[in-house]
Amino acid sequence: MTVANIQISETPLVLYLLRRADDALILGHRLSEWCGHAPMLEEDMALANMGLDLLGQARELYSYAAKIEANGNDEDKFAYLREVGQYRNLLLVEQPNGDFARTMVRQFFYAAFADLYWRAMMRSRDASLAAIAAKSEKESAYHLRHSSEWIVRLGDGTAESHARAQGAIDDLWAFTGEMFWLDDRERALVDAGIAIDAASLRAPWLKTITNVVSEATLTLPTNNWMQQGGRSGQHSEHLGHLLSELQSMQRTFPGATW
Amino acid sequence: MVTATLSDADLRQRAWEIAARVVDPEIPVLTIADLGVLREVAVRDGRVEVAITPTYSGCPAMDMIALEIDLALEREGFLHPKIRTVLSPAWTTDWISEDGRRKLREYGIAPPLAASSRRALFGVQQVACPQCGSANTELLSEFGSTSCKALWRCKSCREPFDYFKCH
Ligand SMILES: [Zn+2]
Repeated sequence: MTVANIQISETPLVLYLLRRADDALILGHRLSEWCGHAPMLEEDMALANMGLDLLGQARELYSYAAKIEANGNDEDKFAYLREVGQYRNLLLVEQPNGDFARTMVRQFFYAAFADLYWRAMMRSRDASLAAIAAKSEKESAYHLRHSSEWIVRLGDGTAESHARAQGAIDDLWAFTGEMFWLDDRERALVDAGIAIDAASLRAPWLKTITNVVSEATLTLPTNNWMQQGGRSGQHSEHLGHLLSELQSMQRTFPGATW
Repeated sequence: MVTATLSDADLRQRAWEIAARVVDPEIPVLTIADLGVLREVAVRDGRVEVAITPTYSGCPAMDMIALEIDLALEREGFLHPKIRTVLSPAWTTDWISEDGRRKLREYGIAPPLAASSRRALFGVQQVACPQCGSANTELLSEFGSTSCKALWRCKSCREPFDYFKCH
C-alpha cells in the first residue's frame, strides 16, 4: 500500500515557514540518531535534549504553516507525507552524523547561525513568528554555547581529535553558504518586515565562527565555493535515507496513532 | 453545565481554581499557576476556555498538561472545555512565582536565576545548592534529565542537583 504525498500551496510565507521547520526537523532527527550512542551519558542527554528543542521548533513552525495554508495539512502531514523533493531544508542539516566531531561541527555551524537568526526574527512584524523566535532564540543560545565548547575541546585536544574536527570543518564548509541565501519570494517577505535578510547575518556569523575556530587552533577553509539546492528541494542522497526511517511508520500503517 | 445560577464571573473563578491546581507532570510539586503556564481562563456561553503557554518549544509535558486541565474541568462539571495554546508573549522562567521558586528549592531543584537575560544565559553563574545552600557549586552538564534542567554538583555537601535553566 502506498500513501499519497500531500499537495502544498506554497505561498511565499508557507514556503518560508516550511524551510525553517524542515531545518529544525531534519537536524533534530539527526541528533536523535545519537541517542544511546554518544561517547558519554551527559552527551547522550545533551544531544537528545537539543534534538527535542529542534523538534519543538519544527512543530510550532509546521503548525503555523498549516494554519496559514488552510489546506487541510497539519504538522504530522508535513513531516510524514512529503517526499524528498518536497523538503526545503538546508543541505547542511541533512549531512550524516559521521563521528562526534563531525556532528559537533555541523551543530556549531548551524547553531551560530540560528542564534543570530532567531534573535533578529524576534523583531518580525508577524507576531506568531516573533513569538516562535523568542523561544527558539534562547534554545539556540544554549546549543551554540554547547557546541562552541566542544569545538575548542576537540580542536585543542589530541592530534586525533584535532584532525577529525579539522576534517569535518573542511568537508562541511561548502554547505554553510546556503544559510545566507535568499530568493525573490523571501526578499518580498524581508521587504514586508516579516522575514529578516539572512545575508546580513553572514558577517556576524563569520565573526563568531572565526573566534571559536581560532581558539580551537583550527582553521577555516579559504575555498569559498558553496553548494546549494536544499531550499528548492534538490537534496543529497542522505535525506532520502533519513526520511525512509522517519516516515516508515506512517508509510507502512497510514494514519497510525499512539 | 455546572449551574445556571452562577454568574460567568463566578464560573470563571471556579474554573481558574480548578485549572490552577493541575501540576507539571515532570515537576509535580509545581502547579501550572506556579509556573506561569496558565495564562487565561474565560467563560463564553457557559463554556470554559483556558489559554496556556508552552515553556520550551519541545516540552513534551504540554500535551499532558492540556489533557489534565481538560479532565480536571470535566470532573467538576465543566463540559467540553476548550484548551488553547498561546505563543505570544513567550514564556520565560521569570514568570515562575516566588512560591514556585521556594517549592522547587524544597524539591531539590535549584530555581532559575532571576531575569532571563542573555547575561544570565552566558554570564558567570552562582547557583546555590538546594540541599545545603552553599554557593560552592559546579556545572556537570549543560543538559540534565530534561531539556529545561542542567546537572550541577555541590562541592560542599557533594550532592548532585538539577538546576532549572534560565529561559
Ligand atoms: Zn550542598
